[in-house]
Amino acid sequence: MKATTRLSHTAKPESTAVRYLARQRRQRRLIALAALAVLISLLVDVATGPGAYALPDVLKALVAPSEVSRILEIVVWEIRLPVALMAIIVGASLAVAGAEMQTLLDNPLADPFTLGISSAASFGAALAIVLDFGLLPVAGTLLLTGNAFLLAMFASLAIWALSRLRGVSIQTMVLMGIAIMFFFNALLGILQYVASAESLQQLMFWSLGSLDKASWGKLGLAGLALMITMPAFIRARSQLTALRLGDVQAKAMGIDVGRLRLRMLLCCALLSATAVAFVGTIGFVGLVGPHIARLLVGEDQRVFLPMSALTGALILSLTSILSKTLIPGILLPIGLLTALIGLPFFVSLILRSRRETWR
Amino acid sequence: MTLTIDHLDCSLGKRRILHDVSGLSASPGEITALIGPNGSGKSTLLKAIAGIEAASGRIRLGERQLDALSLEQRSQCLYYLLQDTSTQAALSVFEAVLLSRRTQVAEPAATALSAVERALTSLELDPLAERELVTLSGGQRQRVAIAQAIVRKPKLLMLDEPTSALDLHHQLQVLDYLRRLARREGIVIVLAIHDLNLAARFADHLWVVKEGRHIVSGMPEQVLTPERLRDIYAIEAHVEWPIDAPPRVIPLSALHRLGD
Repeated sequence: MKATTRLSHTAKPESTAVRYLARQRRQRRLIALAALAVLISLLVDVATGPGAYALPDVLKALVAPSEVSRILEIVVWEIRLPVALMAIIVGASLAVAGAEMQTLLDNPLADPFTLGISSAASFGAALAIVLDFGLLPVAGTLLLTGNAFLLAMFASLAIWALSRLRGVSIQTMVLMGIAIMFFFNALLGILQYVASAESLQQLMFWSLGSLDKASWGKLGLAGLALMITMPAFIRARSQLTALRLGDVQAKAMGIDVGRLRLRMLLCCALLSATAVAFVGTIGFVGLVGPHIARLLVGEDQRVFLPMSALTGALILSLTSILSKTLIPGILLPIGLLTALIGLPFFVSLILRSRRETWR
Repeated sequence: MTLTIDHLDCSLGKRRILHDVSGLSASPGEITALIGPNGSGKSTLLKAIAGIEAASGRIRLGERQLDALSLEQRSQCLYYLLQDTSTQAALSVFEAVLLSRRTQVAEPAATALSAVERALTSLELDPLAERELVTLSGGQRQRVAIAQAIVRKPKLLMLDEPTSALDLHHQLQVLDYLRRLARREGIVIVLAIHDLNLAARFADHLWVVKEGRHIVSGMPEQVLTPERLRDIYAIEAHVEWPIDAPPRVIPLSALHRLGD
């Protein structure tokens, strides 16, 4: 054993567990800070808009609606709060879906957009706007939402089902997603080609993403999707983290990788379909939200999952504020602004970080 | 708790990889080295035992009939460590080892943390505990992977070419550690390895597979003979077993030359 430095049992004075717990506390502090930032952003979002109400009045309307004017109560409770909350729920949904898609498909570019889910939803919306055709027996704005949701689910299930045919390889899934994106983009192109100028404009407006059609009912449904999927992600947190070590190592840890991937992809599909159906195609949040979270707290899902949700919520909430304030009196489409608000923060994090992961 | 394997068959798609592999056994407290040419089915054999590849046949570990257990149930008593331990996961060393433990048992946090601490200490990973996996060298990552294995306290530990990415120092260090681990904990260790000199030096027992079949097994001095090496690898080799020095396998030439 001459050439061998023997690995021996030597106790170190400072325990690694103590250092780990300190790291965990730092991570939790960051999560708490992000939650606080989301809350502040929510309040500012509610206070911002046409009709200059002071922040104290708005806060009063939130806690004691009966003590403010009827108009302010309606503005806050019926118009601004649903929109502001929708920004948070949709932002969180998109970021969580993106985070888990990136994890499940071992691909830093995976998100509802790159996998064709948004393209499918856009085609569904176009069916309603251009042809007035509904996949569900409903009318009005629900026609569009229903179409978008059904086709987004269909796209996800198609990736899921096609991948099953040849075993569940992640490359297959990503390729299927890209194929589906091109397929629905082509169908969408055909509808745009035959559409009238008026429906084309409407379609364009929808595809830029907008929160201003938010209502308590839609908010409930979007929140429900998050409430159904989050417990599933939380239950599978260790397994999802283990997937990042590679399929074989995850299997060696006793994880049925194929089943986990299919189950969790269904949850991602539900989240992204709901988000896209209610607010249109809002890019960037699902892609970059998780990357920012990863840079801040790493990829242990115990902290990565809540941090992704909060980052996504914060990006979309800040965007919502910006969309109302950038040009006074004009409400800009939110999908246009997500990149503008997220990108500077993202680039600065990348430049400051010397980490070598695919973040 | 002896590992025994009989009539093991395994196919990947339509290709049959393992053909009725029988008569293999590995004893607790010992290192069994699995040797054979490239593509002979070494990795598949280990994965089939772990339940990662579907296979038919009898695999027993002591009283446990592994072939009747699911992947998850098998992972309670065995662990398979793959050849390539590189990862891009944004996890610290401590988080990665803790994760391995958490995927196996649900237990109070304090118990898990102290188990991780012991595993890290025994592999001298304390100073690296907070480092991210991506920043580690190949040798350090291999030690983390072994820590992920031992924190689960497996009865059977299988390693796929654990030394192939390591320099000489780390090769000797890791194999020496594994041998002491086997002796101390009385676990069965099976490792697939290409380096016959390391196999001869550290293994108590050798399994030889070729073209998916079990060719021979036994003590290194029984298996590593010039005649056998000609059969197994199609090479001419010189083998020395000095009394006061490690065994030496000196490959001389390949029987088949490329281009002939």
